[in-house]
Amino acid sequence: MINYNKVEKSPVELSKKDFVSDQMVKWCPGCGAHAILAAVSNVFPKIGYKKENFAMVSGIGCSSRFPYYVDTFGFHGIHGRAAAIASGLKVANPGLSVWVATGDGDSMAIGGNHFIHVLRRNIDINILLFNNRIYGLTKGQFSPTTPMGSVTKTSPHGTIEHPFTVSGLVMGSQGTFFARVPDNNVKLMTEVLYEAAKHNGTAVVEILQNCIIFADKVHDMVTNRETKEDRQVILRHGEPVIFGKDRNKGIILKGTSLEVVEIGKNGITEDDILVHDMYSTNPGIQRMLGWMKAPDYPVAMGVIRAAPSESYDDLAERQIETAKKTSDIQSVNDLLRSGETWEI
Amino acid sequence: MVQKNAVRELEDVVVKFVGDSGDGMQLTGTLFSDVAALAGNDLATFPDFPAEIRAPHNTIAGVSGFQMHMGKRKIYTPGDMCDVLVAMNPASLKANMKWVKPGATLVIDTSTFDEKAIEKAGYTLSPLEDGSLDGYQVIKAPVTDLIKEALSDLDIDKRLAERTKNMFVLGILFYLFERDLELPLNFIGNKFKDKKKVVEANQTALKAGYNFGETTETIRVTFRVDPAPLEKGLYRNITGNVATAWGLLAAAERSGRTLFLGSYPITPATEILMELSKHKSLGAKVFQAEDEIAGICSAIGASFGGHMGVTTTSGPGLSLKSEALGLAVITELPLVVVNVQRAGPSTGMPTKSEQSDLMQALFGRNGESPLMVMAASSPANCFYYAYLASKYAMEHMCPVILLTDGYLGFGSELLRIPDVNDLPAINPPMADPNDPKYKPYSRDEKTLVRKWAAPGVEGLRHRVGGLEKTNIDGNVSTDPLNHQLMVNIREEKIARIADYLPLLEVNGEPEGDLLVVGWGGTEGALTSAVNRMQEEGKSISHVQFNYIKPLPKNTREVLSSFKKIVVCELNNGQFVNYLRMMFPEIPYNQFNKVQGLPFHVQELTDEFTKLLEE
Ligand SMILES: Cc1ncc(C[n+]2csc(CCOP(=O)(O)OP(=O)(O)O)c2C)c(N)n1
Ligand code: SF4
Ligand SMILES: [Mg+2]
Repeated sequence: MINYNKVEKSPVELSKKDFVSDQMVKWCPGCGAHAILAAVSNVFPKIGYKKENFAMVSGIGCSSRFPYYVDTFGFHGIHGRAAAIASGLKVANPGLSVWVATGDGDSMAIGGNHFIHVLRRNIDINILLFNNRIYGLTKGQFSPTTPMGSVTKTSPHGTIEHPFTVSGLVMGSQGTFFARVPDNNVKLMTEVLYEAAKHNGTAVVEILQNCIIFADKVHDMVTNRETKEDRQVILRHGEPVIFGKDRNKGIILKGTSLEVVEIGKNGITEDDILVHDMYSTNPGIQRMLGWMKAPDYPVAMGVIRAAPSESYDDLAERQIETAKKTSDIQSVNDLLRSGETWEI
Repeated sequence: MVQKNAVRELEDVVVKFVGDSGDGMQLTGTLFSDVAALAGNDLATFPDFPAEIRAPHNTIAGVSGFQMHMGKRKIYTPGDMCDVLVAMNPASLKANMKWVKPGATLVIDTSTFDEKAIEKAGYTLSPLEDGSLDGYQVIKAPVTDLIKEALSDLDIDKRLAERTKNMFVLGILFYLFERDLELPLNFIGNKFKDKKKVVEANQTALKAGYNFGETTETIRVTFRVDPAPLEKGLYRNITGNVATAWGLLAAAERSGRTLFLGSYPITPATEILMELSKHKSLGAKVFQAEDEIAGICSAIGASFGGHMGVTTTSGPGLSLKSEALGLAVITELPLVVVNVQRAGPSTGMPTKSEQSDLMQALFGRNGESPLMVMAASSPANCFYYAYLASKYAMEHMCPVILLTDGYLGFGSELLRIPDVNDLPAINPPMADPNDPKYKPYSRDEKTLVRKWAAPGVEGLRHRVGGLEKTNIDGNVSTDPLNHQLMVNIREEKIARIADYLPLLEVNGEPEGDLLVVGWGGTEGALTSAVNRMQEEGKSISHVQFNYIKPLPKNTREVLSSFKKIVVCELNNGQFVNYLRMMFPEIPYNQFNKVQGLPFHVQELTDEFTKLLEE
């Protein structure tokens, strides 16, 4: 449920054009970021909050240009620090719907520390993680998610670093919400962003974004329209994890791992297929689903984890409310006169 | 021979309590100070913690101390050399004899002077027997044995008895200074309210110590320090760090903006974070961040959100905050940064004080990045300067760095408790909801200050950020002339704060032979030294800077009115070089000390005398 107590609802119905800014969009033609903008402009009016209550915070990178392109309050921060800035903003004013736009470098290299800690605290913000697996703005150096062996401007002989799997990092940081979407499925992205907004806590939405200039087709194996039905599985809560062009493949839990099976073969029926529980607080199976990699597995899309949990900002407000009700010290004058004092 | 119980009346006296970390010296010193304050003395205190949490027993590294200076006149510093030293073990005596005045009174717990402890302290012979203490009034008290005797009627275990040693010694001191026991007895009763045994043991030990003082043959002189002529009012004893925290809270209350602190623990600034964490009933939001960068960035986010954003730290932490400070400069958001300076570079000497972050505060950022820099100059005035730093930050929409230091932060003095409603009003320039004329960088003509428009307020949607923006509209711009304009505006905006600052006040004649210049935490020592020399009829005056950027408007005039100037700092000459840059026509002398120690009055008067004679 959307926590309407926190963020005030708009008295009038808003539409997509309410969120279009007057700034010129400067991403390269064909960049996957355009689709993310489209999805956000779709979903903000649907979420239904007052226009003034949306705040968009970003770091530095192509992705971090985002706040200029939506007509909300915006803060374009410094490299890596969006999560920290957004944390302060949300804790200061829990009545805002705070969105972070960040890149793979911004969030997981220079900003890695803030990323894991905002997740651990579960501050109620939404993070749009534009994962193009490259440093776009600085023109093509490898990032923490660049595939091993990739040739980039700073790895002419191929990278020798193991990339992060974003879901692994999020769940390792005890994140309560994780979703993944390809940039060429705006409909799914819109649905997922809506779920992220509903979640009370830090919601990370990893978008497999294509950087047409510096890492073109880096997600192609997964997102290519020709093959995507076999390379992606779209998870829906309460439904069996089925995929494939003919919807005849599925995921089962065998022993302690997941396995791809074909329905109708070796006696497998739809009843054997794993049913997705995104609300489970136990991250065990969600972790495994998030970890699935092509070509051996389909890559999981949609909301993988949405575990209900208390948010930091709610807890912080509650502590203050309680203290205000119970403490003898109600003003700084009280404080100055508390403890040992004497008259001269 | 002086008769026993001759009473010596003192203007002021420095008492230092030293012992092993576990001996409770901080509590002892605090209680002794409270009693002095209640008796009407002015006072200042300073704790001397060991760097280690639990250093080995009976070693020099494990010595913990508490110094207090009380008097019947205004007290400016915790004092240099002590008149009375209370030493609980050989190591603490050994470590502190160099801070003792000739002829001072030593109160020594002799029961700890066994062979092993004497050797561990680095003595070859017992100092009690080798004649090295001749010339002092030495009060030897075998405290452990005396306590055993005093507590023998009570059913008290050995460990608890051991822990009342400090109270016994305190009893001796109360006798030595003719203090009434009522207050400390009540204090003990309140502190250990629910532990009847503990109260009984401590109260008995305290009284036994007092009686020991009365009966021992070794006390030849007792002391009297009459009340100081303090202004009438309600008082409390307060450390600089607590005063800073409370000043911030007062500013939040008066401005109507909620305080948001984003901070990461670091010595000697941590107390501010800990203190503010206690005051949720005043609405303070305290965010213990994952690092200093998150500390300042969360505070900037909160400021963007219309809160009074604050971050507190010490030198190394300020280094980490540099980039984000630039962000606060360019977004023109209010931000208070408290830097409790310590000895550097790098980790340096965390528990030792220094004034060596001035250049970092002024210039330690990329780009032309002006912000306001100010400094508190006594533990109690940390309250006012924290309040004023917040006022300037909010009213002028800029970051303000408030420099204090470990010496101020840990030190304490008496604060005459103000009524918060009497403090200067704080009027943040909030934008009106739905103001059709609102633009993020439109400015007040006189102050160049932009409006503060928080998310959630209708009709004020805008963006700010680290990229250069056009003046007024706030659109991203790399236009050369716009950048020049914005650089100039940001500089001029800070410069114009000078219109709202008090003028420098000279202690002494407004012109003369020598002007002593200081800034921040050295005020007490410089005032004491200059006052002493003024009493001797020397042509010497003193001015202490609390505002560094911008400087008070009469700075040039004041500096130009003396034959000689000496700028005294606990660094290698950072303020003097700033003054050389600002007023190059004036010749400066400088006196610097970088030892992690405060100035001693004697070394200052020596230096000033030399300069006057040259
Ligand atoms: C402190 C700092 N270091 C380095 C940079 C340079 N820099 C800007 S963006 C960037 C990487 C951006 O990569 P990513 O976060 O993946 O964003 P993308 O451009 O790919 O969307 C770097 C290294 C900077 N702006 N600030
Ligand atoms: S460089 Fe890549 S990420 Fe940046 S705008 Fe162009 S296509 Fe998009
Ligand atoms: Mg990237």
